Amino acid sequence: MVEWTDFERATIQDIFSKIDYDIVGPATLARCLVVYPWCQRYFGNFGNLYNAAAISSNPMVAKHGTIILHGLDRAVKNMDDIKNTYAELSVLHSEKLHVDPDNFKLLTDCLTIVVAGQMGKGFTGEVQAAFQKFLAVVVSSLGRQYH
Amino acid sequence: MTSLTDKDKATVKALWAKISKSADVIGADALARMFAVYPQTKTYFSHWPDMSPGSGPVKAHGKKVMGGVADAVACIDDLTGGLQAKSELHAFKLRVDPANFKTLSHCINVVISNMFPKDFTPEVHVAFDKFLASVSLALSDKYR
Repeated sequence: MVEWTDFERATIQDIFSKIDYDIVGPATLARCLVVYPWCQRYFGNFGNLYNAAAISSNPMVAKHGTIILHGLDRAVKNMDDIKNTYAELSVLHSEKLHVDPDNFKLLTDCLTIVVAGQMGKGFTGEVQAAFQKFLAVVVSSLGRQYH
Repeated sequence: MTSLTDKDKATVKALWAKISKSADVIGADALARMFAVYPQTKTYFSHWPDMSPGSGPVKAHGKKVMGGVADAVACIDDLTGGLQAKSELHAFKLRVDPANFKTLSHCINVVISNMFPKDFTPEVHVAFDKFLASVSLALSDKYR
């Protein structure tokens, strides 16, 4: 069972209430596909991913980025049982999507960098620590049903 | 991992030109964040009287680390050669587990994104991340 301090709980709720999902989601997925291009292997039917400009303006990337970010809402609402919250999604990523779980960390590192760019001075070291702890729990839960 | 293209090197130099006068602040902030987010990294600094953000040792060491990054930018065409002495230092004296280079690189990226959001575009991010990975590899060169 993950222990959350009051500060960590408040910080996670605060971040997700402040960010614009339609900006942060697309920016995060696009950044991941540019910085770690091997992740493009999962998006073969997304059309033009030939360069950074194409990726950043690709509407399918944008739409999917928003979907992924909203996928985190479940964990934000159920911080005390993220493991079970994501059991089904973990099976999906393993059995159907066949995503290497190491890629989850690459995506969350990009999310951290995008949020850092959005939040300015509010993104202190303590806030970053809480955010990355939350994302680490999400990543662990999503990898849990792989076999 | 991969070698730096001419475009990568140009991108890194252009970014460095923009951020280098804030190097000391970037270094101190990156270190402080690393200690907050990855507490196991504090084990290398147990001899410091004060590890809190903004403290003397953190600021001084952040400045030193970014001085090293500046040196790396200057020898970007031959990182292994240019960073040989630093590699020997990290290998034989400091004995920092090379996994931590990735950790600190991530924190540096976060700080640059935080301080220069308009400049740290995905294209600049990938070039700079490749650069830091190459620096990390050069620093690990003498380990074994």
